Amino acid sequence: MNRELLTFPKGGIHPPEHKEISEHLQIERMPIPAEVDILLQQHFGAPCSPLVKKKDIVNEGDVIGTVSAGLGASVHASVTGTVKNIGTSPHPTSVKAPSITILTDTQAQPRTYGPADWKAMPRDEMLSRIKEAGIVGIGGAGFPTHVKLAPPPAAKVDTLLLNGAECEPYLTTDHRLMLESPGDVVGGASIILRILGINECKIGIEANKPAAIDAMEKAVKEASSNGQRISVVPLKVKYPQGSEKQLIQSLTGRKVPGFGLPFDVSVIVQNVGTAKAVYDAVCLAKPLYEKVVTISGKGISRPANLLVRIGTRLKDIVEYLGGTKNGLAKVVMGGPMMGFAIPTLDVPVMKTTSGVLFLTEDEIDLSPHGHCIRCGWCLDACPMGLSPNEIGVYVEAGRAEDTSQFGLFECFECGCCAFVCPARRPLVQFIRLAKMKAKK
Amino acid sequence: MNSETRQAIWNVSVSPHIRRGVSVERIMWTVSASLMPPLILSVFIFGIQTLLITFVSVASCVAAEAVSQKLLHRPVTIRDGSAVVTGLLLAYIVPPGVPFWMPILGAVMSIYVAKHLLGGIGFNIFNPALIGRAFLVATFPVAMTSAWLIPIRDLSIFKYVGSGVDAVSTATPLYVLKHYGMAGLTERFGSTLKMYGDFFLGWQPGSIGETSALFLILGGLYLLYKGYITWHVPVSIIVTAGFLTWVFGGERYFTGDPILSVISGGLILGAIYMATDYVTSPTQPSAKLIFGAGIGVLTVLIRLKGGYPEGICYAILLMNPLAPALETWFRPKRFAPPKGAMK
Ligand code: SF4
Ligand code: SF4
Repeated sequence: MNRELLTFPKGGIHPPEHKEISEHLQIERMPIPAEVDILLQQHFGAPCSPLVKKKDIVNEGDVIGTVSAGLGASVHASVTGTVKNIGTSPHPTSVKAPSITILTDTQAQPRTYGPADWKAMPRDEMLSRIKEAGIVGIGGAGFPTHVKLAPPPAAKVDTLLLNGAECEPYLTTDHRLMLESPGDVVGGASIILRILGINECKIGIEANKPAAIDAMEKAVKEASSNGQRISVVPLKVKYPQGSEKQLIQSLTGRKVPGFGLPFDVSVIVQNVGTAKAVYDAVCLAKPLYEKVVTISGKGISRPANLLVRIGTRLKDIVEYLGGTKNGLAKVVMGGPMMGFAIPTLDVPVMKTTSGVLFLTEDEIDLSPHGHCIRCGWCLDACPMGLSPNEIGVYVEAGRAEDTSQFGLFECFECGCCAFVCPARRPLVQFIRLAKMKAKK
Repeated sequence: MNSETRQAIWNVSVSPHIRRGVSVERIMWTVSASLMPPLILSVFIFGIQTLLITFVSVASCVAAEAVSQKLLHRPVTIRDGSAVVTGLLLAYIVPPGVPFWMPILGAVMSIYVAKHLLGGIGFNIFNPALIGRAFLVATFPVAMTSAWLIPIRDLSIFKYVGSGVDAVSTATPLYVLKHYGMAGLTERFGSTLKMYGDFFLGWQPGSIGETSALFLILGGLYLLYKGYITWHVPVSIIVTAGFLTWVFGGERYFTGDPILSVISGGLILGAIYMATDYVTSPTQPSAKLIFGAGIGVLTVLIRLKGGYPEGICYAILLMNPLAPALETWFRPKRFAPPKGAMK
């Protein structure tokens, strides 16, 4: 492959990829656990209100929580069984969050879905299927997809971008999905193009996944085009290639202004996993209640790319994979650059969970931080052109309110700055503190 | 599963959870290592006492760091290696004929006053080693400006041990050039070509670690390759100083000797190792070019109009306080700041 690789020009880093741990492992279906905890908020917007009561019988795929007003996406029972409790569960980012616990009926038959001919389906029908299936942007903050795919008419979207960059180290979920179900991903892209009424789609994939690039190119060729122009674009391996603004710049050269949205530059970005979920929703009428999750790191006995039911507790996953190993020092939900360290394995898998990393002491660096030595490396690494060093110094000096001059609110917490800092300064932590203080 | 006992020790700090692994310690020890070749060479040029002076300087800088931090009730960070770098650089910019105890005073000045009284690493305005040297020049003007040794041509590295300063002092090339012209210089150091060759390798009178342009440049290239420094400041200093010397340094315009101006008087050591100090120089490329050009201009001005042939030390000290301003004027280019927001 001698094509010139596209990339974004400013900043970025090259962390060790560690994809070798799990990239060759086929997606494996984990047996259904005895209990699941379905969090009522797995998306950007308002939390769902439960539609079921304690002791109700629910079937796999039933809607059990929904948002009546405002932005949101429904949640579904991921197993057939009995509602055991409507209470709270540990949440990866907040301490506890409302959830519905379901006791699995081990005798239940798995639900099956037959394909429908989506090519004849009207646009509104497709959108309502996506809404009913509770699809959210599973690569990021969980923005409800049916809302994203109905942009205001003034937006004039001309291109759909599919994000297959998977630039976070360790994670191989999207990689396996593109390798094993490329047709579904491309089908999802086709559906989204139809909904948006446009024909142009670019699928950006980092060049460290040549097999996935080949598989996707083949799938694009096999799909009937119907006038749609879908292309696979290999991207340079550089973190954060998969961040929305950077990906848009790499693929189209357009720059989303600060506080702006992709609409502002006439594009819509969807993760490849979301495209697959859209395909399942529209074509099979299957709700989003299963998720491929990369389980990796040196602290887990057996790494895997697991297809699990949403609501599966991490401790059940760990048990299934043979336990953790000595030296485990940190458990991270998501990638090592932007994921959240969690204090307990009672946390359940959510729609947006891309991976769970079990990191040992030699994979992380827990030494204390020192003063900023003004090397400027964080300035070179920041893809947004911000000044994290200054923000850090200001926060330590108790002047968090004065940091917006350095672009505080344009920071999307990619962590490049803290990754390169030789003084090991917790720059993202300083930035979060500054954001909290500066808002008030 | 004993997750209950384990979770207590799990670390839940904020992302990112991995780091590049290049720490301040790694940088400082690499810089120190890259400074070893000129030190070893200095033994063959000026004799074994260069090692002794350097050892005293490094040891007293490290000790001064520990004591300063204890006195000021701050965590002791001598293991980060920054005091070792200061100690090496301080030794490299004193004449090889000074008494061995002299760097002790310089070290106290460098580390306690110039570094820790101003807030410790990251907050000092001036390059600590250069402050140490400036202090020594003010306190011991004779030794610091005349204890130069004639380079040794054979392997008698014990030649100068025990001999007094007066007995062995000579003059530095830039001093000779200033007072006796090019003719005086070739009379003392041989034909132009041979002289340039000797000087470039390091065989010229000068401070302990500043004489070998070759080894200093090799060290600088290594740091460049590691990504620990960038080319902007050194190149900008060298080009500016060389050019201005060529224009104004001769008896008529455009007859100065740019090569000599660059390979002697500590210009290379200052350009590569002192002016690139993170704390006291700006971070952005354009600011670095201006910073370097300023040092180049001031160096030539001091050399031609002032009394110090090694003007670069003062030139850097004069530019140091401008670094924060340059840092404020030159910010990184924002990706796409919101419309109407502060720039
Ligand atoms: S976390 Fe924020 S400040 Fe740091 S590199 Fe990323 S965008 Fe820049
Ligand atoms: S990388 Fe760290 S030490 Fe260097 S300027 Fe940024 S905050 Fe300071």
